[in-house]
Amino acid sequence: MSIAWYLAISAIVFSLGVVGVITRRNPLVVLLCLELMLNGANLSLVAFSRMWGNGDGQILALIVMTVAACEVCIGLGMIVAIYRRRLPVDVDELRELQG
Amino acid sequence: MSTILFFIAGFGVIAGAVGVVVLRDPFYSVLALVGHLISLAVLFLLLRAEFVAAAQVVVYAGAVMVLYVFVVAYVGGSGAGSPGDEPLGGVGGLGSSASNLRLAGAIAGGALLIELLIALLGTGLKAISGYGASYAPGPRTFGTPAYIGNLLLTRFLLAFEAASFLLLIAAVGAVVLAGRRGGLEDDEGGKLTPLDLIRPQGTGTTAEGVGGQHR
Repeated sequence: MSIAWYLAISAIVFSLGVVGVITRRNPLVVLLCLELMLNGANLSLVAFSRMWGNGDGQILALIVMTVAACEVCIGLGMIVAIYRRRLPVDVDELRELQG
Repeated sequence: MSTILFFIAGFGVIAGAVGVVVLRDPFYSVLALVGHLISLAVLFLLLRAEFVAAAQVVVYAGAVMVLYVFVVAYVGGSGAGSPGDEPLGGVGGLGSSASNLRLAGAIAGGALLIELLIALLGTGLKAISGYGASYAPGPRTFGTPAYIGNLLLTRFLLAFEAASFLLLIAAVGAVVLAGRRGGLEDDEGGKLTPLDLIRPQGTGTTAEGVGGQHR
């Protein structure tokens, strides 16, 4: 299997994530679409690592997964805080930082 | 054989991603993402990244998705039922502004995809269309946990430690963000610090000096 096929899949997944972030209004789904974008980047990183035959890309993919886990942690904490304060869980309604 | 597996897994990856974007209920979006992640792990295995594939399934599809499911269950279907959170091509006439925004988003994503495909597969990067490094079986070769661990603890030690510190900060931040009991209104007055437990009353804090009560 040529590496280019993997890169094509990674580009498709990344673009789908972009479309989701732009179009969806539920912050939970926006976070899921951010995960999609990070996964697309991860796939291309692992594919490049395989292409060059050294492990740097895989290490970078692992670090990206760690950062994604942190981002999910903070994002879900914010969503729970928003929900507890009876604010609308909708990215179009949440326009002010002060809430 | 690997070609067939690649196309099955690639179809799963793209179908899962489409499901995340299109499905209305956030719970189903999370389930679609689980399918997407497992298919992606198969692709990682095909790329001989065994440790990354295992971490993907255990950490992502296991732990992070459970976190998502819990939050979706806690927040409830409030996001799903709200008007305007329709997926692509959902309710809303062609003339409405929300539908126009959705169309614009889809067009922007399509343009980005075409641009990326041109950049990745076009004339610029001919070196990409190779078949990758040669395969050499063994216990400590490319992609095995021993190989990854060796790299993480020697060449990438700083990144490893920084990632662990980042995880600690994120855990503390999530507790601070979500662990608040009663909103912000009584926040400044009701916070109990460890000092309040050991300090006797009337020992001259600033709050007492300006007429506030001892807490």
